[in-house]
Amino acid sequence: MTARTGDELPPLRIPITRTLIVAGALASRDYQDVHHDAEAAREKGSPDIFMNILTTNGLVGRYITDHFGPRARLRKVAIRLGAPNYPGDEMVLTGQITSVAEGTAEVAVIGKNGIGHHVTGTVTVQLPSDAPGTTDASRTDAPGAIDAPRTDAPRTATTPDTPR
Amino acid sequence: MTRDDLDVDPDELYGRLKAYEGRTAASGGTGRDPVNEPMIRHWCEAMGDTNPAYPAVAPPTMLQAWTMGGLAGHPGGSARSEAYDELLALLDDVGCTSVVATDCEQEYPRPLRPGDRVTFDAVIESVSPRKTTRLGTGYFVTTRMNVRAGDGELVGTHRFRILKYAPARPKNAPKPEPAPKPGLTADPARRPRPVINRDNAGFWEGVARHQLLIQRCLDCATPRFPWLPGCGACGSLRWEAFEASGTGTVFSYVVMHHPPFPAFDPPYAVALIELAEGVRMVSGITGVPYDKVRIGMPVELEFLRVDEELELPVFRGAEA
Repeated sequence: MTARTGDELPPLRIPITRTLIVAGALASRDYQDVHHDAEAAREKGSPDIFMNILTTNGLVGRYITDHFGPRARLRKVAIRLGAPNYPGDEMVLTGQITSVAEGTAEVAVIGKNGIGHHVTGTVTVQLPSDAPGTTDASRTDAPGAIDAPRTDAPRTATTPDTPR
Repeated sequence: MTRDDLDVDPDELYGRLKAYEGRTAASGGTGRDPVNEPMIRHWCEAMGDTNPAYPAVAPPTMLQAWTMGGLAGHPGGSARSEAYDELLALLDDVGCTSVVATDCEQEYPRPLRPGDRVTFDAVIESVSPRKTTRLGTGYFVTTRMNVRAGDGELVGTHRFRILKYAPARPKNAPKPEPAPKPGLTADPARRPRPVINRDNAGFWEGVARHQLLIQRCLDCATPRFPWLPGCGACGSLRWEAFEASGTGTVFSYVVMHHPPFPAFDPPYAVALIELAEGVRMVSGITGVPYDKVRIGMPVELEFLRVDEELELPVFRGAEA
């Protein structure tokens, strides 16, 4: 795989289910009621439960390592939340490489849902040392096959879309 | 009802809040559990993350999870400082009882592995002036945490921003509308309507005829925009309207990211256009992505049909 400034990552579609919101909140040990109790969320002015920031952070990290492969290392993840991820929505993560230098790529990530930008952020990722673009761009036989680029078709995170 | 006014003198309160900047937010915190494979697996299952590097190392984005107290809290009490508790209580007292996280910036100097025991300290980095958001009115509080493992090696930094706010809707409000669902044809939000009055009606009549009309003083010949009854240069009330050529350049611009407004799709550029006639107007830029707009870029007038009622003069950029 190559990593060049301007490259776009294939989009990742993530159905926002109640299960994802609750599983993400519990996996991050975040027991704030707005992430699992719809009644409590409404009392606090939210129309429903919504995804916690730790889950968004985890999904952004996954989006980057899914693309760059298991030997890529996240160095920095900086995100800002906007429109909340409510159940029944879908978030589409897109990314564009904004710089590549010294084996490290910076990727601008946007996660858009049905009501706007859920997340905007920047991820700094250290690329595998044998990845083309980090050392010798002509090496196509490098043992980087494990990092084979993914299809450009949007991928679905778990199950196919269900009727909403 | 929108509660945009907390019952307190904002300057006095802000002074008290600012005093907490630089103070400890948490000290001597210890991870509830050591970094461990079951928690890593639960995390990866929730995220749908099949990266084979895990669970030999923890996903770096789990950093904060290792510092969370969970349902029962940290045994022996929270690492949260008295200062931080006081700051939050102060905000609770003025009605800012709700919390939402808005920003998270993390750096990962080295990966965490099962068996690592984390410790953490945090400082209150900043408290914002009062802000009104779609959720309600409140204050952004930013903390910065250092996470260490083993003999004190820094394994992560974690800057976290929350909005502590008074909900815009009172607690007993009727059930809110369900969130709009993607894929369904929800009634799209409409752009705000221009305020048309006697002083500027001529301008909008021009727009309806696809003419961009500028005023010119009949006494000193100074052109002016936006439309006003009197000349800013000489004070004369005598004026005529004339049609702009439609060519101009980008004098300055901003890119709107947040907060998003209904009917607008950020990010988008908003430009200050300098017309060939010498006056400037704020407008949208078409034909050029928001991140390709540049100062000095030549632009050409066109009319944008926004909906069945509204048409607006906008400017089409020419990429260099």
